[in-house]
Amino acid sequence: MSNRSDVLSPKLSRHLLTISDLSREGAIHILDTADELARVSDAPIKKLPTLRGRTVVNLFYEDSTRTRISFEAAAKRLSADVINFSAKGSSVSKGESLKDTALTLQSMGADAVILRHSASGAAHRLAQWTDGVVINAGDGTHEHPTQALLDAFTLRKHLKGARGEDLSGVRIAIVGDILHSRVARSNVLLLSLLGAHITLVAPPTLLPVGVHDWPVEISYDFDEAIGECDAVMMLRLQMERMKSAFFPSAREYSRLYGLDRERMKKSKKNPLILHPGPINRGLEISADCADDVDSVILEQVANGVSVRMAVLYLLLGGSHE
Amino acid sequence: MSNVEKIANKPIVIQSAYSLEGKKVDLRIESGVISDLSEAGSLKASDVDVINAEGLQLLPGLVDLHTHLREPGREDAETVRSGSAAAALGGFTAVHAMANTEPVADTAGVVEQVVRLGRKAGYCDVFAVGAVTQGLNGAQLAELGAMAHSMANVKVFSDDGKCVFDSLVMRRALEYVKQFDGVIAQHAQDPRLTENAQMNEGVVSARLGLAGWPAVAEEAIIARDVLLAEHVQARLHICHVSTAGSVEIIRWAKARGIKVTAEVTPHHLLLTDSAAESYNPVFKVNPPLRTERDVQALRTALVDGTIDIVATDHAPHPKESKECEWSEAACGMVGLETALSVVQESIIESGLSNWKTIAERMSTAPAKIGRLTHHGLGITKGAPANIVLYDTAARRTVSEIRSASKSMNNPYFDRTLPGQVMYTFLHGNLVVAKGDLVNPL
Repeated sequence: MSNRSDVLSPKLSRHLLTISDLSREGAIHILDTADELARVSDAPIKKLPTLRGRTVVNLFYEDSTRTRISFEAAAKRLSADVINFSAKGSSVSKGESLKDTALTLQSMGADAVILRHSASGAAHRLAQWTDGVVINAGDGTHEHPTQALLDAFTLRKHLKGARGEDLSGVRIAIVGDILHSRVARSNVLLLSLLGAHITLVAPPTLLPVGVHDWPVEISYDFDEAIGECDAVMMLRLQMERMKSAFFPSAREYSRLYGLDRERMKKSKKNPLILHPGPINRGLEISADCADDVDSVILEQVANGVSVRMAVLYLLLGGSHE
Repeated sequence: MSNVEKIANKPIVIQSAYSLEGKKVDLRIESGVISDLSEAGSLKASDVDVINAEGLQLLPGLVDLHTHLREPGREDAETVRSGSAAAALGGFTAVHAMANTEPVADTAGVVEQVVRLGRKAGYCDVFAVGAVTQGLNGAQLAELGAMAHSMANVKVFSDDGKCVFDSLVMRRALEYVKQFDGVIAQHAQDPRLTENAQMNEGVVSARLGLAGWPAVAEEAIIARDVLLAEHVQARLHICHVSTAGSVEIIRWAKARGIKVTAEVTPHHLLLTDSAAESYNPVFKVNPPLRTERDVQALRTALVDGTIDIVATDHAPHPKESKECEWSEAACGMVGLETALSVVQESIIESGLSNWKTIAERMSTAPAKIGRLTHHGLGITKGAPANIVLYDTAARRTVSEIRSASKSMNNPYFDRTLPGQVMYTFLHGNLVVAKGDLVNPL
């Protein structure tokens, strides 16, 4: 294995905390690596020896079965030892601080910590306290970099095809609760880095006040925005938002910002349908759209494993003595 | 009740300090007052201690209207003794201890205890701020009269940390304290608009995914309160003004003749919300750090007098309250020991104003708002000898080791700041010499 700085040229920092850690070339390199590693998942024996003897900790302060399992599968396919550390029922629930937990894991010899946490910036803090690699698996309403990478991977596969390519010329609408979405933040950074044209579609209450600074277009009209799109990314709506007066009712939200067959007819290009999951059927997306031939929602899940293998491989593989 | 009765009698002569007018002067201090003040070279020093103040700037002892000393209750973060020592090192000869202690300073007993602890420490005069409402609950007035008429002689009342949000309670408080010439110091923050707020709402919060604290949540309360103060003809003070919009409202209110005064913290004069990019909660403070535009508006307002004073909002917290996730961290930063340096950097070094204005904003005006009798009287013959000798040319890298505060939530650690307090006199007694603490009174 060549050393890490070669593998990651020109730039991938020691950790993956935010998409802004990546250069355009670095991002494409991850996607290309994922493409290569995807073949492992298709093989009868789904395993590479690359990370044998390395320990990867899944440190999850929020319930997220899908992301945790995806990282676990990725690490195991690279032969790493995986420790799942869930905050519930552990010392964390007895009031241990994130820092103390981090130092404990370090003492146990964790080479990488994959962190899911409800606080924005939690992965940044963790990286300040530990020597190991930190991978952000979702921090509060900040970022979810590997989700954006798997989305970009899925989009490139369908809309571009070849390795080495970016997403220039691709038009994508990201629809829903942008304000509270870490998936949206990471995707805005990554997809724009790769040259895609992004339109955010949401009611004004669910867009951040500083959104004018983002490299995106804003639309309050989904019917209009869907017209020219190559892909539509629907975001999960948290029902508790209704209590804080972000929108009047679930039905009104669904009528204005939900995806259904009627709205799909207004598109000129039969866009791909993406959703990070879990889906609220009948709220942000109708059941028939979720199960539509243009829906790549389940494929996103499969691609998630490949992309996470690539990230683990690139961050951990090269430094193995 | 201050340290004034503990005055030292030993005379001392200061030679060749720069006056606020930029002239070189000699001073003689005895029996707690400035007994002589004349041009440099005129005061001979035989049989008395002499301080050679060549190159040092003479300033009146600073007065802080907004200090969290944490005692009683959170002695792990700060005590009256450690906090007033930090104050002396920062050139303060008077501080006002905020009421949000545990128990809250909402009774005569607690405010007297705080003042007594200050007197025992002897590093600076400690005055107590009384709570406006019982337990800072925002609903029921505390016994304001009992605190005003206690030995602590409270003039400033504040629920700082919490906003007096109920319009009726605020109106009554403003009216009620008129009987003893008190003032309500408002922490202007609409609680509904700032639920779970983490930092200034804007471009940076959008990117960082931290819940926003919008400027309007401060400005709306200030607008309401200046109108209430006008209606009942009462004195209102606005704590830690942080936005350009607040400045405009206060400017309008003053032009109308409303009796409003306002403070700005040193950190709001220097730091911006981009500091949050590190997710290091040492930069988490309430009100939050704002934008460069706000910083510039606050500087201008301080110089033109729209904002009357600088107040530190010195807010010590133990290490564990900051060594955590941003959203879990406590709000606040220490500031007593760096206030003058930060003001020098943002106001003097930027060429916006001069030391005479700084003396007005950090000594005369805050003493007047707090109705202090022995502070803020300037550097004149016969005035109490609460004075500071400050080395404007010094450059220092702020370090944990030198700090007298018990807490280390200092946003300037490892940063180089201009200026160094060399000597602090409290009622004629040297409490800081050559930059270090010496004898408390």
